[in-house]
Amino acid sequence: MTAAGGAGTGRPGARRDQGRWLIRGARPLGGRPADIMIDGGRIVAVTESGRDRRDQGPGGRDDGNIRDQDPDGQVTVLEAGHLIALPGLVDLHTHLREPGREDAETVASGTAAAALGGYTAVHAMANTDPVADTAGVVEQVWRLGRQAGHCDVRPVGAVTAGLAGSQLAELGAMADSAARVRVFSDDGRCVSDATLMRRALEYVKAFDGVVAQHAQEPRLTAGAQLNEGVMSARLGLTGWPAVAEEAIIARDCLLAAHVGSAMHICHVSTAGSVEIIRWAKAKGWRVTAEVTPHHLLLTDELAAGYDPVFKVNPPLRTAADVAALRAGLADGTIDCVATDHAPHPAESKETEWAQASFGMTGLETALRVVHEAMVNTGLLDWSGVADRMSVRPAAIGRIGALAGGPDAISHGCPIAPGSPANLVLYDPEPITTVDPAAQASRSHNTPFAGMKLPGQVIATFLRGTPTVLDGRLTG
Amino acid sequence: MNRHLISAADLSLDDAVAILDTAEEFATLAERPIPKLPTLRGRTVVNLFYEDSTRTRISFEAAAKRLSADVINFSAKGSSVAKGESLKDTALTLQAMGADAVVIRHGSSGAPHRLAGWVRGSVVNAGDGTHEHPTQALLDAFTMRRRLGRLDGLRVTIVGDILHSRVARSNVWLLRTLGAQVTLVAPPTLLPVAVDGWPAAVSYDFSSVLPDSDVVMMLRVQHERMSDAYFPSVREYSRRYGLDGDRMALLPDHAIVMHPGPMNRGVEIAADVADSPRSTIVEQVTNGVSVRMAVLYLLLSGSREPAEPAVATTGGLAPAGERAMSAAAAEAGL
Repeated sequence: MTAAGGAGTGRPGARRDQGRWLIRGARPLGGRPADIMIDGGRIVAVTESGRDRRDQGPGGRDDGNIRDQDPDGQVTVLEAGHLIALPGLVDLHTHLREPGREDAETVASGTAAAALGGYTAVHAMANTDPVADTAGVVEQVWRLGRQAGHCDVRPVGAVTAGLAGSQLAELGAMADSAARVRVFSDDGRCVSDATLMRRALEYVKAFDGVVAQHAQEPRLTAGAQLNEGVMSARLGLTGWPAVAEEAIIARDCLLAAHVGSAMHICHVSTAGSVEIIRWAKAKGWRVTAEVTPHHLLLTDELAAGYDPVFKVNPPLRTAADVAALRAGLADGTIDCVATDHAPHPAESKETEWAQASFGMTGLETALRVVHEAMVNTGLLDWSGVADRMSVRPAAIGRIGALAGGPDAISHGCPIAPGSPANLVLYDPEPITTVDPAAQASRSHNTPFAGMKLPGQVIATFLRGTPTVLDGRLTG
Repeated sequence: MNRHLISAADLSLDDAVAILDTAEEFATLAERPIPKLPTLRGRTVVNLFYEDSTRTRISFEAAAKRLSADVINFSAKGSSVAKGESLKDTALTLQAMGADAVVIRHGSSGAPHRLAGWVRGSVVNAGDGTHEHPTQALLDAFTMRRRLGRLDGLRVTIVGDILHSRVARSNVWLLRTLGAQVTLVAPPTLLPVAVDGWPAAVSYDFSSVLPDSDVVMMLRVQHERMSDAYFPSVREYSRRYGLDGDRMALLPDHAIVMHPGPMNRGVEIAADVADSPRSTIVEQVTNGVSVRMAVLYLLLSGSREPAEPAVATTGGLAPAGERAMSAAAAEAGL
């Protein structure tokens, strides 16, 4: 891709400039090449390249040549001939670590990583220090996101005060705050008390909220280190049984149905969980689910050398689980891919397995991993990728195309005139080795280090402003 | 010989037999007036013990000293480890001091794997968490072979807390390699859920397997298992899975009774069984020194540089030092 001044004097480095852009020859959702015109933060026209305009903006411009239509000639042209255009990606599950663990990640560094991964919105998990369980903390995180400007930051509010699992946090105050919190989660810990979970599910109905459950029965996973199975038995690591996830998912599907509430399940990791969710959805219950990129590609056999870069919660499972998760994502049982981006400083991973922290980074590799695990296997086309990584997570996060009024931020919108210009341009051709040192995240705990993965994010647009150009941050 | 001894599963048949044969030669050395060889003179062996284990530490110390190595005992208590130093920093310190071999006992499974990535010398696993204790399995095999004359086809029954036992894991892999038939006996709560993939039979009925056992190996029961509801009471455990005189009478005449120690007399093993002529418990301790001498010798006597994996050869002491312990690197490097 080249960013060149076309009819005007484009300024690709001008970060805050919501200028006019012409993305020429990109393939929306991997389809036929089109020219995408961006103006004032919105897509104003999408025309099939080299042909007459196929679509037109609300302004009703009739001429085929977009640049000629520009009255003052300030259009920057991106030659995007071989790139796939997708709606900007939305992550429902990101740990930005700020406030409290700025040595691992900050809102600025984490959202920079997000932009480089093609994301235009991330949901920042609540397990910070202090915990995001008050309007004050969620507003702080939201403001830090706006200041950084790499992507929209949607704070997730804690379900229980201090993540302690005993008393509801002030969910309504967080919902009414400037951060407009709609997703609530104690992620990292399970809301294991059934009554508390029921109350939370009921309570958030008042403001169209959703409770995102980290499904882990605590008594079945005391000291758990690795998927309970062949590998845990051989390695002498305390097992994390699949049933500890599945039992909570089954219970909470029943609870959500009983009270008629929306429930989202974080990082589904087992074949049995996919079956339970498929059953719950068949009943028509309001249950949604996510899967992480690492659970779509990696298995517990990687723990054989005890390198804690492969230690994550829920743990890597077996090849049979990976196959079931891929199938579940393909058929829509699992709604979306969410990274569970969990940065940790080096000393938290350069230890014995049992002493190491759980978690892996993922924002900068997610699209490439999904490309490898889902597209290259024929399980999803690019339209499906857009659905699972943008449209559906935006809807679950209550920032989808139809959510809110005209002032509400919207993601996961069609690449069509009138939509906010949240876009990612992706080159599917290169195959390169993942280098943690080259990533924007402050932490280097990527399990994909040294792996060859396809694809490269070339550009990301947030409401018409490029956050990434030529594969690099613009600011 | 491979650089490290971390898992019994990494030992080929040739490796294992070479260690046992070498240990046999060292065992005769103990009968000499001066039971000491100059073989590892100038080499430094560090005993890095994060868990109290007087028995294993003294055994390794005696083995290294009989080979004339310099021995440094590094106990986690009273050292910088107690002040929060990481395993990595401790490893780098030992590396800077020029340790040729580090013998590590650690409460976390896999700690020797991690250590091997941070030091240039050889790493010997002296017990890691609930993973493995390969020199224990080697001394057990050595003891069986001395008493019963063979290992191939030997019927070995291992009884107790298989789930948490590093001794059981190492024995299962090593005895498979050596051609023995292993049966595991335990309450179902103390077996790994994936035990059906192990090269061993499983029984919940201790008495029924005894008539067909050449060796019975009793494992120590940790009292804290009871509070986690693995079994209802120590008495019930002892009744169902303990070896008393009545059960011992079901064994064939030639069968032996083993225990890695320390024993809970009256729990997993009755006092009259522990003290019977079938018991090899004291012998195991003696054999431990010979086997650990063999391991240190084979790991360290090849050259000053980390040994390249070489084609396995059989024979006396000299070429044995160049034998490769196969597969360990591939496993550890994953």
